Amino acid sequence: MTELKVTGPARLCVENATLRYDERIISRDLSVAIPDGSFTIIVGPNASGKSTLLRALARVLAPSAGAVVLDGKALAQYQSKQLARTLGLLPQASIAPDGITVADLVARGRYPHQSLFRQWSCADEAAVEAALAATGTTRLSARPVDELSGGQRQRVWVAMVLAQQTPILLLDEPTTYLDIAHQIELLDLCQDLNAKGRTVVAVLHDLNHACRYATHIIAMKDGAVVAQGAPKDIVTEQLVENVFGLPCLIIPDPVAGTPLIVPKGRG
Amino acid sequence: MRFDLRGLAVSAVLLLLIAVAGAVSLSSGKFPIPPADVMRALLGGADENIRMVVTEWRLPRLLLACLLGGALGLSGAIFQSLTRNPLGSPDIIGFSAGSYTGALIVILLFSGGYYQTAGGALAGGIATAACVYLLAYRRGAQGFRLIVIGIGMSAMLGAFNAWMVRQADLPAAMSAAIWGAGSLNGLSFEQVFPVVAMLVFITPILGALSRPLRQLELGDDAARTSGINATRLRLMLMILGVALTALATAAAGPISFISLAAPQIARRVTRKAGVDLIPSALMGALLLAVADWVAQHAFGVQLPVGVMTVSIGGFYFLWLLIREARR
Ligand SMILES: Nc1ncnc2c1ncn2[C@@H]1O[C@H](COP(=O)(O)OP(=O)(O)O)[C@@H](O)[C@H]1O
Ligand SMILES: [Mg+2]
Repeated sequence: MTELKVTGPARLCVENATLRYDERIISRDLSVAIPDGSFTIIVGPNASGKSTLLRALARVLAPSAGAVVLDGKALAQYQSKQLARTLGLLPQASIAPDGITVADLVARGRYPHQSLFRQWSCADEAAVEAALAATGTTRLSARPVDELSGGQRQRVWVAMVLAQQTPILLLDEPTTYLDIAHQIELLDLCQDLNAKGRTVVAVLHDLNHACRYATHIIAMKDGAVVAQGAPKDIVTEQLVENVFGLPCLIIPDPVAGTPLIVPKGRG
Repeated sequence: MRFDLRGLAVSAVLLLLIAVAGAVSLSSGKFPIPPADVMRALLGGADENIRMVVTEWRLPRLLLACLLGGALGLSGAIFQSLTRNPLGSPDIIGFSAGSYTGALIVILLFSGGYYQTAGGALAGGIATAACVYLLAYRRGAQGFRLIVIGIGMSAMLGAFNAWMVRQADLPAAMSAAIWGAGSLNGLSFEQVFPVVAMLVFITPILGALSRPLRQLELGDDAARTSGINATRLRLMLMILGVALTALATAAAGPISFISLAAPQIARRVTRKAGVDLIPSALMGALLLAVADWVAQHAFGVQLPVGVMTVSIGGFYFLWLLIREARR
């Protein structure tokens, strides 16, 4: 089972960071550690700063105070391509250039492995093929991205990040637009990648999926971390009530034994 | 990117068409010269008069048409890629109008010569670009804001330019108006060399930035995670793009349509996603060479090529606007 997997001390952590957009401070004095080898899932209500945290972890957003540290060195001190071969981000919104085909888009994930003088290699080809196969998009590879359904498109973007072949993957809402079967398929894929040694960090909205798949959960509210740890240890009725303002019952998931949240609603 | 056979083939065909257009342009005129003699003249042979007509009268003009057309095509490709919009070309977003303003100020207020005018055009283009960029800036200049603000700026500068010309006394106004029509008339090798020098400086930098440029088309976050400093890259590309437009404006006056249309036509032909620099440059060169030939020979009188391109460009722009509005 996933719970038995060994997770090491953190390679990637946020240390006393202030995250802001100009005047607007989202997180103050934020400290978060991503256990190495974990499948970490970030949960929290809308606008609680999940994407902001993920962007800081990927160096897309620089903290105005404090630091994000990878292997003991601040992200700011890394050479950018070297960092891009270590950390891959699926942003919440990306743009596909007009008329680009699936294969060409996924191939752009190889950018950090290439240079002006080393443009396209067999390793690139293999990485793209593997990423297409892993996301079930091989059949789509010659199609223009504009003509795909939302769910197909989302899987293509995930394939692009996979093609980057980074040991750490940061995925912002990778399951949006996916039907339930494809959501589970994608989470299974993340779990497989994690089992093969990659550290996966994902923002998810479905708490039950988070409890089922995460080895480590980070619950956020108003830009602060409210709780973090293994789902079994931290997901309680009080936590869900506190973070989401949702009265609920928690029962053991009949399949996996992980916490299963049942909203009380209005009865 | 992977080996791109179609792109290479398109570029080869474009080069061939440019060569054909060049041959036609060198042999036609008041003194028609058979292609065989043109060839001989270019290689240093042929009759002395023929050699003079070909190499000193017609060749510099043809070279400038190709080089400036290429520069305009590149500039258009850069800005259309940065704004992710086929309307985001420097002639639409005010940079050409700004270059003309700079040149007008030099011609009318300081009665400057060729190089001063060119310098004024360069300064005007850069100043306009800086204004548009700063006005559109909100945590990085966004494509659509840039276009809307640029179109507004272009209209304002257009009115200001017209006012400046009306204020001037007749001879100065005439020379300003002639320059403002955008023409390759009377250009010689003296004007070719600075253009070549600038292009030799700019194109290698642009070549090195073309892969990051394509990556930037995926959005800032995606570009940053592939190891690109998006803000710095965008600024560098804008400077190069403005320099290319200003270069053309300085040498020949404002010539519209080429930077708007060349990248889009090239894209249709290569069927590639995004904007591709080399085919855009070649397409720009071909378009301007052909347009200049038509302007010189098709109407009995020599028209400024800018008049040609602006009238074709009007229709194209209308079509583009209608198509964008429908989306
Ligand atoms: N580019 C931005 N500029 C200004 N404010 C932003 C930007 N992106 C997000 N925010 C604000 O930051 C807060 C947290 O956003 P975000 O991290 O995207 O939340 P989440 O991903 O948890 O829904 C929100 O209040 C949002 O309005
Ligand atoms: Mg978000």
